[in-house]
Amino acid sequence: MNAVRMTLRVNGEEQEILFHPYKTLLEVLREDLNLTGTKHGCELGECGACAVLVDGQPLLSCLELALECEGRHIETVEGLQQGDKLHPLQSAFADLGGAQCGYCTPGILMTAKALLDQEPNPSRERIREAISGNLCRCTGYQQIYESIEEAARRMQEGA
Amino acid sequence: MSAKQKTRFEVLGKPRRRVDGRAKVTGLTKFADDIVLARMLHMKLLRSPHPHAVIEAIDFEKAAAHPGVHLVLTGKDFPITFGILPVSQDEYPLANERVRYVGDPVAAVVATDEQTAWDACEMIEVKYRPLATIASSEEALATPEPRIHEHGERGNIHRLQAFEFGDVNAALAKSDHVFEDLFFYEGNTHLPLEQHAAVAAPDGEGKLILWSSTQVPHYIHRALARALRMNAAHIRVIACPNGGGFGGKCDLHNHEIVVSRAALKLGRPVKICLNREEVFYMHRGRHPVLMRMRTGVTQDGKLTGMHVQTLLDGGGYGGYGAASTFYTGVLQTVTYELPRYKFDACRTFTNKPPCGPKRGHGTPQPRFGQEVQLDKIAETLKKDPADLRLGMIAKPNSLTANWLKIGSIGLEECIRRVVALSDWRNRFRKLPAGRGLGIACGSYLCGAGLPIYWNKMPQSGVQLLLDRSGQVTAFCGATEIGQGSDDVLAAIIAEVLGIDPYDVRLVTGDTGLTPVDLGSYSSRVTVMMGHAAIQAAERIREMLAEGAAEQLMSIPDRLVFSQGRVFLAEDPSKGMSFAEAVVFAETKYGTLGSVGSYVPPRAPGRYKGAGVGPSPAYSYTACVVEVDVDQATGWVSVPKVWIAHDIGRTINPVSARGQVEGSVYMALGEALMEEQVFRRLPPKMSGALVHKFPSMLEYKSLTSLDMPEVITELVEDPDPNCPFGAKEVGQGPLLPVMPAVANAIYDAVGVRIDELPITPDKVLKALELKAQGKNPRVGPEIFPQVPYPEPMYVAPPWEGGDGNETPKAQRKPEGVAAS
Repeated sequence: MNAVRMTLRVNGEEQEILFHPYKTLLEVLREDLNLTGTKHGCELGECGACAVLVDGQPLLSCLELALECEGRHIETVEGLQQGDKLHPLQSAFADLGGAQCGYCTPGILMTAKALLDQEPNPSRERIREAISGNLCRCTGYQQIYESIEEAARRMQEGA
Repeated sequence: MSAKQKTRFEVLGKPRRRVDGRAKVTGLTKFADDIVLARMLHMKLLRSPHPHAVIEAIDFEKAAAHPGVHLVLTGKDFPITFGILPVSQDEYPLANERVRYVGDPVAAVVATDEQTAWDACEMIEVKYRPLATIASSEEALATPEPRIHEHGERGNIHRLQAFEFGDVNAALAKSDHVFEDLFFYEGNTHLPLEQHAAVAAPDGEGKLILWSSTQVPHYIHRALARALRMNAAHIRVIACPNGGGFGGKCDLHNHEIVVSRAALKLGRPVKICLNREEVFYMHRGRHPVLMRMRTGVTQDGKLTGMHVQTLLDGGGYGGYGAASTFYTGVLQTVTYELPRYKFDACRTFTNKPPCGPKRGHGTPQPRFGQEVQLDKIAETLKKDPADLRLGMIAKPNSLTANWLKIGSIGLEECIRRVVALSDWRNRFRKLPAGRGLGIACGSYLCGAGLPIYWNKMPQSGVQLLLDRSGQVTAFCGATEIGQGSDDVLAAIIAEVLGIDPYDVRLVTGDTGLTPVDLGSYSSRVTVMMGHAAIQAAERIREMLAEGAAEQLMSIPDRLVFSQGRVFLAEDPSKGMSFAEAVVFAETKYGTLGSVGSYVPPRAPGRYKGAGVGPSPAYSYTACVVEVDVDQATGWVSVPKVWIAHDIGRTINPVSARGQVEGSVYMALGEALMEEQVFRRLPPKMSGALVHKFPSMLEYKSLTSLDMPEVITELVEDPDPNCPFGAKEVGQGPLLPVMPAVANAIYDAVGVRIDELPITPDKVLKALELKAQGKNPRVGPEIFPQVPYPEPMYVAPPWEGGDGNETPKAQRKPEGVAAS
């Protein structure tokens, strides 16, 4: 199969890539752009580890062809930090035990970012719903909820 | 003053961001599959579609000629067997003549990319001759031929073990009540979110480097040297941070050997990353265990004796199975006072993925049985199950019937806390129908007393390097699997040296650079690495104190190390920065370094088999679970869990709480839904035994919507055998949750489900039985005839034993009379 050329906009930067058209967005991010912060736990849309934001919405990058993402705005965990400043979600997850092994963390951070971008002050119930497609085998989720709630607080104080 | 005697801490016990926290939230933590090297090739394994078959021929010509393929390997390239335990060397990296489970690797293809490797795998033609398939322990006992392995006890029995500590039959005969119950615990798997990956590459000198998602780089290093017949000095194993382990990354796995061979042969890097289906096939998870428990009690609720029989379904290979078998028997004695104890254990081979260690290794199954049986005992004796347990807790600083040495026990406080927090006294047996509370306890090792291969060397080592900038670098073989071992290492060194844990640079889990630590298993790291870290840090602290004391014209004993400074206790203004102290010490002594190491205390048991069970200390947990049972559907939901864990001393409360809550989460999965089960294909489709759900979607685990609120209490009863008193917290808290769920279901709807997982169909069946006026119990009905051997008899400490086997002639008359 012939490779195709395309421009992908990731974390605000345009990247020209040459890739096999059967590749998923996950594969292109990890293998062609070396953005290995995005993880994979199944490649079948079952675990949520590969969630990224496409035009602000969480999307499982293992189920999306990269070909379909041209011109769309893709955000990955690498784009969360601004300069030397961690995103409030990142610092809250690090401080409050939201990340144990850290493997589900990028997917959950991105999913949580989409939630907080739309609802700056979500209830515990809304948080549980929002991340119910992201499996975590380490934490039992409580410290993840607390991290998201703390991030929401910090973002509102900062705003 | 020795840092060990410290009672006020600057680092320990304070909630902190873990030292590796920032890397984890920025995506910078490098897991094994994140490693990308120049000229790297990709490997895939062709796996057996048959559960049991002879390989008659393999034709890989077409695959080898496929464009992009660099190498094809088969069993012929790997003539010698391997296995993680010296006693179970029964696996080939690629199947030699036989395959023993669906998923057993048969061939490997190395190609320019994964897709090409997959495509070429499909071009390999393997001619199989299927053999009779053994699907369960019962079938294994009934089917001695064909043998799955030539080694083992006989037929398809892998291991038989039997021990008796005091005459149990005599004790039961004299008991007011004897309870006999059968329990079954279905197998389940670790399901770490990270799929196993490994990258092998020759370095500049042609030596091998293997990066892998492993919990045990030292054991992999040893076993790999043997499997590849290579000088161990030419192999460097680097354990990448694991994306969850839970015991599933403790074995030397086929792909680790094969990818290493491929990289050496091709002279360039090769990577393999398993897909999720393959992770299910590789398994090494919880053994399915059938159990029979006979327990004697007095009318006032004291245990008199207990006889436990277990039957383990081991799957296709030995793996850690010999140890798992012991663990279904050895730890029943450390929670409650038990004057006499007997256990018989049997592990069978079946044509399923091999089982092995998963969180709690071999002990959650009998713990489930024991704690559910205690609930039944309390019911019969008309005692509150919390009070029954409070009345029988083992004594601190005591020996058990099977000669295990217990140190501190915070269990009484744990029980009291969960009873108070759950309002147990006002709610147990008083909630409306469908709602219930259950209680259970547990205990676990803080590190296995012996390594998996016999030696008397340290089980953990820490090396420190200080340079004149004030930089402290710690080297240790311990492996970060998400549990926070790096943070524990930094915290302990920082506490001793009076510096900030974030200022300690860490090099861990690398057999080429770090002193041996046996790995992240058996909840050993905090205790063993912690001791080694204290020793190394105290040794370097002495040198720093000597140098600083000279400058301050004082003596080393007068110096305080605190907040990055070294100063006089009587006048804190007289002092220097930590970095200045390093300069003075380096000036005085030359290049600064120190080492520390740890060997666990010798266990008192002397009989053959006494090596499994001893630990420097034991952790204790109590748990109350509340359930809501829908009597129309059988659906069990869990609104709330209260759990108290005796952690000895908390290093970082944020991580400790995370370990407890993560244990509760995993335990609820095992209690209610997680099961690794198999089905037979219809005869026209080969009749083979296949995995029912090798996918995350169908292997049910709790999502955030299923997870209840958990109230976690950390009870600190420091153990003198532990560093600063700190015990384990990663595994113990899982143990009481499953039985507490079962006991809560009984409180809610009056039915006993004596097997896990407790799925809605079982609850409905039990409710139906109840409605029909029959025994409202669902669980195993039959325990098959198992040829357990005559037990080794060891007199308990209080019956004149010396820890050795007691020859028959020397047993007490009472025992002889009763047998």
